[in-house]
Amino acid sequence: MIGMPLKTEPFVVNFGPQHPSTHGVFRMQVTLDGETVIDIKPIVGYLHRSIEKLAEERTYTQCIPLTDRLDYLASMSNNLAYVLAVEKLAGISVPERAEHLRVIMVELQRIASHLAAVGFFLNDLGTMMTPLLYMYREREKILELFEMVCGQRLTYNYMRIGGVSQDIPDEFVPGLRKFLDEFPGFVDEYDTLLEKNEIVLSRTKGVGVLPAQLAINCGVTGPSLRASGVKWDLRKTDPYSIYDRFDFDVPTGTAGDCYDRYRVRVQEMRQSARIVGQALAALPRGEIRARLPRVIQAPPGEAYGHIEAPKGELGFYLVSDGGIAPYRFKIRAPSFINLTVLREISIGMKVADLIAIFGSLDVVMPEVDR
Amino acid sequence: MTKTLSHQDLAVQLREQFGDAIIEATDAGLVVDADRLVEIASYLQLAPGLGFDFLNSVSGVDYERYFEVVYHLTSIVHNHSMVLKVRCYDHEKPVVPSVVSLWQAADFQEREVYDLMGISFAGHPNLERILLWEGFPGHPLRKDFLKVDAYRFYREGYPPE
Amino acid sequence: MDYIYHLSRIMDAIAGWLNGFLPDWLDIIVLGLIGVVGVLAFVVPSLMVLIYIERKLIGRFQIRTGLMRVGPHGVLQPVADAIKVLTKESMTPDKADKTVFNLAPVIALAPALMVWAVLPFAKDLHFTDLNIGILYVVSISTLTIIGAFMAGWSSNNKFALLGAMRTVAQMVSYEVPLVLSLIGVVLVTGSLSLVSIVDRQTVPFLLLQPVGFLIYFISALAELNRAPMDLMEAESEIIAGYHTEYSGFKFAIYYLAEYTHALAMAAMVSSVFLGGWNLFGGWFSGSFIPQYIWFALKVYFIFAVLVWIRATVPRMRVDQLMGFAWKTLLPIALANVFLTGLGILVFPDNDLLLAVFGWLPIPVGLLWLRFKPGAVERGGREAVVRSEYQPTLAK
Repeated sequence: MIGMPLKTEPFVVNFGPQHPSTHGVFRMQVTLDGETVIDIKPIVGYLHRSIEKLAEERTYTQCIPLTDRLDYLASMSNNLAYVLAVEKLAGISVPERAEHLRVIMVELQRIASHLAAVGFFLNDLGTMMTPLLYMYREREKILELFEMVCGQRLTYNYMRIGGVSQDIPDEFVPGLRKFLDEFPGFVDEYDTLLEKNEIVLSRTKGVGVLPAQLAINCGVTGPSLRASGVKWDLRKTDPYSIYDRFDFDVPTGTAGDCYDRYRVRVQEMRQSARIVGQALAALPRGEIRARLPRVIQAPPGEAYGHIEAPKGELGFYLVSDGGIAPYRFKIRAPSFINLTVLREISIGMKVADLIAIFGSLDVVMPEVDR
Repeated sequence: MTKTLSHQDLAVQLREQFGDAIIEATDAGLVVDADRLVEIASYLQLAPGLGFDFLNSVSGVDYERYFEVVYHLTSIVHNHSMVLKVRCYDHEKPVVPSVVSLWQAADFQEREVYDLMGISFAGHPNLERILLWEGFPGHPLRKDFLKVDAYRFYREGYPPE
Repeated sequence: MDYIYHLSRIMDAIAGWLNGFLPDWLDIIVLGLIGVVGVLAFVVPSLMVLIYIERKLIGRFQIRTGLMRVGPHGVLQPVADAIKVLTKESMTPDKADKTVFNLAPVIALAPALMVWAVLPFAKDLHFTDLNIGILYVVSISTLTIIGAFMAGWSSNNKFALLGAMRTVAQMVSYEVPLVLSLIGVVLVTGSLSLVSIVDRQTVPFLLLQPVGFLIYFISALAELNRAPMDLMEAESEIIAGYHTEYSGFKFAIYYLAEYTHALAMAAMVSSVFLGGWNLFGGWFSGSFIPQYIWFALKVYFIFAVLVWIRATVPRMRVDQLMGFAWKTLLPIALANVFLTGLGILVFPDNDLLLAVFGWLPIPVGLLWLRFKPGAVERGGREAVVRSEYQPTLAK
């Protein structure tokens, strides 16, 4: 036979809104040539709740529960980003004890969010939920600590403008110390099982390589950006709250593939545990909230407050016209912008790789859709 | 610490190049002429002292007399940031040039601004609604979109217009 | 008491009694039926035990309690599963090929049961002693592939067909190392009969043929569509596998077929490599534990190892799976066959020196893995130089 090419036909498959591994309601129209991905069209908006419009009808304090529902795996971070933006807008300063409490809560939240992210990533690789349940054992301890503090396990509504809403009970500090003692050992135990596992390596190394220049141009932030080698962490480059007082490293990767993104998250968990330990040791006595009027009126102006949330740079752009509600409440959602890069890095990969890449980008749909 | 550049100094520097395309420079941001947005943004991205390679966010704001599109830019190389704004006075069909060719981060964000605010971006390769479904009537984030007065709603039902 | 230890004596007694008054042809049929009942008396309750072991163990590996609700510590769960699956509606797709659709589960189950005909449960306790035992087992268990393909084809579902084709490709590829790993054992024993293989094992073949054991074990995992090679059951892949369209009783047959096949593979591993009812030449077994209990314990232990692997490792990608079978397992299995053959030629009777030849493929295999030509980078594709990649605008 004279090498006649096989006639093949690409076909379009819908990874529908309901799918066990799309981390929420996300739809992808994938054009496949056999097993290889040719094109992806992500379709989002299944969870759009018009939070930005709702916020225009609520006072600044009433908007805080709205921010909880953005990335529900990291509610404390969302709260913090918003109250920081309002404090920047209105020029409010926060007492010391509140700052330390905020840092403790947000870093614990980072650990919890990364545990869920890594657990679900490994679940997508096909491990039958075993590492996921191990991650969740630790996450359960963190959620119990949060429940002690604010009575909630998922959407905390803990931060307030000018401080936090409640002080920590007496059982919190011993519980936190116990958690911090056990946690590094746990991360080591789990690392030894999976870091050099042959199947994990062959499924994730070289898969979904994100070059640094592409990442910066596409606006990718968070662990995905750092895994591509760009050492950009808002806690170090633009310190907010009291992060400039703590000593921690920013882990970066080299190749920008799924494996590096996964490793960066694991190491960030270790660093967060360090920060929590330092903040707990330095926790002063004092007030937990600045004295402010019940209904806050920000002077006319605008402010952009951003933090390093577990998923990336979470920013709130607030425009005020002098009233009690924000005039414009814009959320810069990291998962939404990280999703831009999904198409670029998945083309040419196999279907199984696509799932792994999507899991490693750590996208949470309520943040995408707002 | 990310230094927020003084927009007034930037205005002075840019006026040498672009003349009166730079409309206004306040602490809040640098307002430029919409027609020359891409040139100015490209200059900001590539000029050696500025180097704004990272687009944080693209937002649309509806001030009732005009629409404003706000670009928050950061330079990872130099660790400074700035705010760039364009205004569009046409209320029926506002059009602003797209910066997707410069920063691909603007892709989804401009679609979102189009979807929720109704501002079209000229030169965007795929300007479709992203969060709402095709055929949704209107653009919800505009200030004149269904102002629902809660008490009237409960008394009279869903507002007529 | 003696009869409990040596069930074969019961069979002999029954055979002798029947021989008395039945004509020869009826005699054989009745004895055959009694034998079938005897084998099924082990297999069918074992399926219940296996279902329980699997779910309880997976729960334990995931630091949960596992089954606890139905019955004390969940022991009645298999019964509940059976009732659930039997009371579900058995739907047939409209445009499916009905005959093939209904026949496919049977063709998947029957070979798994037929394998049990030649496995020895204890000394003289086997259904039959075919002198081509290994050949029979391998060729019959290949028939399950046909059952899988028939299911995918007759479902009238594009994705079921694609899933069936992938599964068939996987199962066929892994047949080759499976058979080759058994050839080492056959060479050492000098016979294809499973009974003589078990009898030969004063030292278990695990020690004489470690590479054969490993390759057989891994190929069995792939044949069973389990553990790291279960891409057919993968819920995170788009293709849902050949039994998507099955529900109700037909699905129950597939479910049973999977476990029976797993049980049969575990029994093969324990007979061929771990010594079956025999271990260290009859010392220990037969003296205070009945031989068939010993055999059953080994089978369940191997199954527990299968469950252990399933709970622990992630899934392989389909191209990595095929590459692994053809480029890694096959050459090592061939090396095993050659070196074992060499050993037999030189030292036919000395177990210890044969063991040396049996362990030689391990360094050979490691060298092969390190230096094999065209070793593809991790990720299973040639590395694409991505640093010059220019971002394209989204369409």
